[in-house]
Amino acid sequence: MSAIPLSWFLALAGVLFAIGVFGVLTRRNAVAVLMGVELMLNACNLNLVAFWRYLHPTALDAPVFVLLVITIAAAEAAVGLAIVLSVYRNFRGIEVGELDLMKH
Amino acid sequence: MPIYLVPALPLASCILISLCCLQGRRQRLAPLLLIAALAGSLLVSLLLLVGLAGGELSPGPRHLFPWLAVQASDPPLVLQFGFLLDGLSALMMVLVSAVALLVQVYSIGYMRGDDGYGRYFAFMALFSFSMLGLVTASNLLQTYVFWELVGLCSYLLIGFWYRKPEAANAAKKAFVVTRFGDVGFLLGVLALSYSAGTLDLGGLQRIIAGGELRPFFFGASAFTTVVALLIFSGAVGKSAQFPLHVWLPDAMEGPTPVSALIHAATMVAAGVYLVARTYFIFEASPYTLGVVALVGVVTAFLAASIALSQHDVKRILAYSTISQLGYMMLALGAGGYVAGMFHLTTHAFFKALLFLCAGSVIHAVHSNDIRDMGGLARRMPVTALTCAVGALALAGIPPLSGFFSKDEVLSCVVTSSSLVMLVGETGRRVVLGAALAVVFMTACYMGRMWLVVFAGRRGESADHAHESPLVMTGPLALLALLAAGAGVLNLPALHHPLGQLLGEGEPAAAVPWVATSSVAIGLAGLALAAAIYGLRLLDLGRIKSGWPLALYRGSQQNWYLDAFYTVVVARAVLVGADIIAWVDRHVVNGMVDGVGWLAGRAGTGLRRAHTGQLQVYAYVLVSAAVLVVLVLWVSRSGYVLVPFLR
Repeated sequence: MSAIPLSWFLALAGVLFAIGVFGVLTRRNAVAVLMGVELMLNACNLNLVAFWRYLHPTALDAPVFVLLVITIAAAEAAVGLAIVLSVYRNFRGIEVGELDLMKH
Repeated sequence: MPIYLVPALPLASCILISLCCLQGRRQRLAPLLLIAALAGSLLVSLLLLVGLAGGELSPGPRHLFPWLAVQASDPPLVLQFGFLLDGLSALMMVLVSAVALLVQVYSIGYMRGDDGYGRYFAFMALFSFSMLGLVTASNLLQTYVFWELVGLCSYLLIGFWYRKPEAANAAKKAFVVTRFGDVGFLLGVLALSYSAGTLDLGGLQRIIAGGELRPFFFGASAFTTVVALLIFSGAVGKSAQFPLHVWLPDAMEGPTPVSALIHAATMVAAGVYLVARTYFIFEASPYTLGVVALVGVVTAFLAASIALSQHDVKRILAYSTISQLGYMMLALGAGGYVAGMFHLTTHAFFKALLFLCAGSVIHAVHSNDIRDMGGLARRMPVTALTCAVGALALAGIPPLSGFFSKDEVLSCVVTSSSLVMLVGETGRRVVLGAALAVVFMTACYMGRMWLVVFAGRRGESADHAHESPLVMTGPLALLALLAAGAGVLNLPALHHPLGQLLGEGEPAAAVPWVATSSVAIGLAGLALAAAIYGLRLLDLGRIKSGWPLALYRGSQQNWYLDAFYTVVVARAVLVGADIIAWVDRHVVNGMVDGVGWLAGRAGTGLRRAHTGQLQVYAYVLVSAAVLVVLVLWVSRSGYVLVPFLR
């Protein structure tokens, strides 16, 4: 069990998070941006689970928290995809760069 | 008889008049209310005076309620609101309520048909209340409150015809000029409150007499001198002494009964009263007494010389008032406490009389200029006769009241020690000479005024003149009686009743040659006036050049003091105001504008950051978070991350 040190998990989560951020900031496709967000959420989950397992394995807070995050991620994906669909109907495309109505 | 009734009755009438009698036909009720109140005040004052003189009432303060308590100061300052009953306040109460009563009766006739009839009596009621409160106040702060109240009433009544720009300006001038003195008075009161721990007049007298004053600057004697001079500066403003006398001639823009009551008999005498009331402070610093006397004699001389050449009948009387107030100050400064108050009393009667006579004439002729009058004696016999009584009393002709009081003032100067202390024996003689010159000039300008107005050729507008109604001539006659007979108040043959009332007992023996010489000088003045204006032996019209003309012009122009104030003082103030206005416009306003401009520019600049691009916002968010982490990492040696990465 203790063959893999905690820092490895944390590093993996950090890399995942960075990839997610990179996706959110650079992808033009709105669906890909949503995928980036999912990556970031799961990186957080990985962190939470790793800390729980190595530092407080008896406490139940962290698993409950992770379950909550998974649920919210699912809801977020549903709402996000619905928004993307609505955007497609109105703009005939899902290019994030063209959604600048807020400015006008 | 409770003493608080004396100011309370006019206050009640003021409130009643303000509530119900300011408009329409109800205004006719206003004078009746005020006259009833003043009659009540006069009655109570007379009872108090008699009780005091008979020894049934003991002099001393009558406290009503605790007014102010300043625990923080050391020693704690506790002020009682109350009224002081002693000889001085009883005398002033009787004097003020009597003159006010007669002036109000006269006003019924004089102010008839005026738009502000009710308002006039409301202001007069407020003034009567304030003046009676001033002379009965038991502590100096209370005195100061009423002092400012009479100043306010003076302002309101000078500017009574406020639609006239001259009246509005004169009111402002009076208020501002007296303010210069009032600041000093207030500072004096504050200094006393810190160093004595009380402002109660009786307590102050005990502390200063006992040498228990605790000065917080200078030594005890210098401190007392400064305080006395500060209080005197208030008196200089209120009593129109040189160099703050310039407001009083302009104050003649108000209705004539106002001039008679406020600017001749009572309010302007408040300064003299204040010096008399705080005389124990002045006695503690003899140099200040000398200063008071010098200011008085300079004022008396200058004002009398100006009165000689004025054409406006009210201005002649105004300068005469200033001159006589200077006389009272001279008496007080020369050590003649009783003489000063005696002259104040007689002057109140004969000068109020003279002003009311002038009002009667103005009422008939509709002009203030004595050159428009002339030959009025036949048309207005009562006014002419009473005016003659007032003029002769002012000129100091026996047996009228002015003779007695003026004689006492001059005797004080002869025997004065405070004057010798300040200016030496020679200086005292110069002062005496100036005072006698004032007697001469006074007789001369009063003779001139009476002869030009009532004798001689009948002026143009005088043809339609007729005698004033009984409601105006009645007070004239009564005041003439008082002006003629007030001399008995301090007659040596009656053992100086006034002196005993004021607690001074027998005064210094009168100097016989003073009386005879002052009467002779007065008669000479009258004779000169008669020679010029009555018999026309001399023609002033032939003076066309040289120094007499220069003197005449200077006298007519108030010795250019008004011009001096306009050019030097007012200009200095205006230049200072311009500088401050520039600073306000460019520095203060610039800062305020700058803040607005900066916010606007910042907004314009920051607007570019809002592209509406979701990913730009997210980029900024992430970079900011990274930045925060980096900063924390560097500044706190990697406290957040390093332990796990190691």
